Amino acid sequence: MPIHDQGYRRYGGERAAHGRAWAVIASAGIRTMLRKRAFLGLLLLAWAPFFVRAVQIYAAANLPQASFLTPTPEMFRDFLSQQSSFVFFIAVYAGSGLIASDRRANALQIYLSKPLSRIEYVFGKLAVLLAFLLLVTWVPAIVLLIVQVVFAGDFSFLVDNLFLFPAITVSAFVQTIAVAATMLALSSLSKSSRYVGILYAGVIFFSQAMYGVLYQVTRDSSWAWVSFNANLSQINAFVFRMRPSYETPWPVSFAVLAAVVALSAVILERRVRGVEVVA
Amino acid sequence: MSDRPPVVELEGVTVAYGAQRALQDVTARFAAGAVGLLGPNGAGKSTMIKALLGFVVPSAGKMRVLGYDVAVSPLPIRARVGYMPESDAHIPGMNAVSFVAYCGELAGLPRVDAMQRAHEVLFYVGLGEARYRNVETYSTGMKQRIKLAQALVHDPDLLFLDEPTNGMDPIGRDEMLNLVRDLAHRKSVNVIVSSHLLPDVEFTCDHVVVLDKGRVAAAGPIEALKQPRGRVYELRVKAAGDPEAFIETLRTAGLECHATEEDVMRVFVPGDGGARDIFRLAAGAGVQVRHLRPSVPTLEDVFAHAVGER
Repeated sequence: MPIHDQGYRRYGGERAAHGRAWAVIASAGIRTMLRKRAFLGLLLLAWAPFFVRAVQIYAAANLPQASFLTPTPEMFRDFLSQQSSFVFFIAVYAGSGLIASDRRANALQIYLSKPLSRIEYVFGKLAVLLAFLLLVTWVPAIVLLIVQVVFAGDFSFLVDNLFLFPAITVSAFVQTIAVAATMLALSSLSKSSRYVGILYAGVIFFSQAMYGVLYQVTRDSSWAWVSFNANLSQINAFVFRMRPSYETPWPVSFAVLAAVVALSAVILERRVRGVEVVA
Repeated sequence: MSDRPPVVELEGVTVAYGAQRALQDVTARFAAGAVGLLGPNGAGKSTMIKALLGFVVPSAGKMRVLGYDVAVSPLPIRARVGYMPESDAHIPGMNAVSFVAYCGELAGLPRVDAMQRAHEVLFYVGLGEARYRNVETYSTGMKQRIKLAQALVHDPDLLFLDEPTNGMDPIGRDEMLNLVRDLAHRKSVNVIVSSHLLPDVEFTCDHVVVLDKGRVAAAGPIEALKQPRGRVYELRVKAAGDPEAFIETLRTAGLECHATEEDVMRVFVPGDGGARDIFRLAAGAGVQVRHLRPSVPTLEDVFAHAVGER
């Protein structure tokens, strides 16, 4: 039947099994974001530190007078810490509208009338944010590791620091999962992506400011668990075998971040529904 | 009643929003073909559809759609049904063809097939020329059509249409009703049309389920429900006093009466009674009968009888 035929015909083709809709949601979300020039610019900007570090590694490997630039495990930790600011902006840009825009357009009842569960919907949306956040944290850090091997021409650095690959992976995944879950939960609370962005910034900065106040009053850095970023920093320090910046034990920081993710899951469970019930 | 098994069955279903019961112990069967879900605003029509889709969980009762238990198999049900919601709904940031193809993919169609179906369905609903426009720029009537397209793209066996003609101009409304009728009668798609507009349901459907205050007030084939169990008259009177008093007189005498226009009422005379009874009661009440014409029962009479509308 030609495409211009205005009749309706039944469909006799194949249908995918249930459980794959999350991938459809994720790929559509990623394509939508990649069509935005400003977002592409932000992604490119987020890779700028990678190129700086790559030049540093190249210089250290090839120029004797630049030996002071020799890469260390600390460099990789610092690189991931630097990427935190890009994680913040990408989370706000790509994440704030993920559910808020669907709620504004009443899209949830469209999604949930299709053969997909609420969990699939949330995973699909989460995957969009995770993909972009990992693209500016885990991916460049791992590529830096490879760049180091390529420019050095041997595996000695990698062999001496075998913990770096799991450290980079754990650090990047803890950060992106905590950020993505928080942002997604906030996005489900409002129909305005702008308001969600402000709310997220509020959560991050308010928790940091609260720690600042508590520290000023008590002069005790074990209060760092109240700060979202400080908890990430503690986890980073632990996995990279560095001296932590605060006195908060890393298991406490991990527990706080786990609680944030759990709270986000509870919020998403309550907010992602086909019908909004006002009791 | 059709020989085919019912597409939807509800048994003692109760749905409550807090203390408010939207559906109360509803037992109903929706025959294959086109069934109208009629009722005044707040009767529980949309709630029933949302319960059948699994959006709201009943506090009691069982529901089956296309033979599947809603509580056990919501995903297989949603793979075979299409839902056109009452309110405006779309995926933000997409043009029409991307939106409809995306809905097809969500329903399990391969990407190429979903895109091809999206084009076909958009032409079918009359949006072929506007299919590359962003949905957010569509008029109300076009948004109704795109909602139908997204419900159709995966070729469902059963369509839930919630107030499909809401906000449409007369021409668009006629076109939408023709589409619904075509789907149900020529394309073998079972359709459940939720509406408070009697002419819409009468035009598109063969069967009807009337809901009132969360309960089933009447159900069955429209033609059977319209069979006279007495005589129907269209009546215009001039009363010296309050015409309501005359209406009350008719009701007291066992005649059903409901106003259709300002001074016109439809009177249902049960059993073997006829116009003579009306003249007798009018004379007794001192009311002049200005106009009296035998009429045929309509769905409006069925509806008024079922929900006790006056």
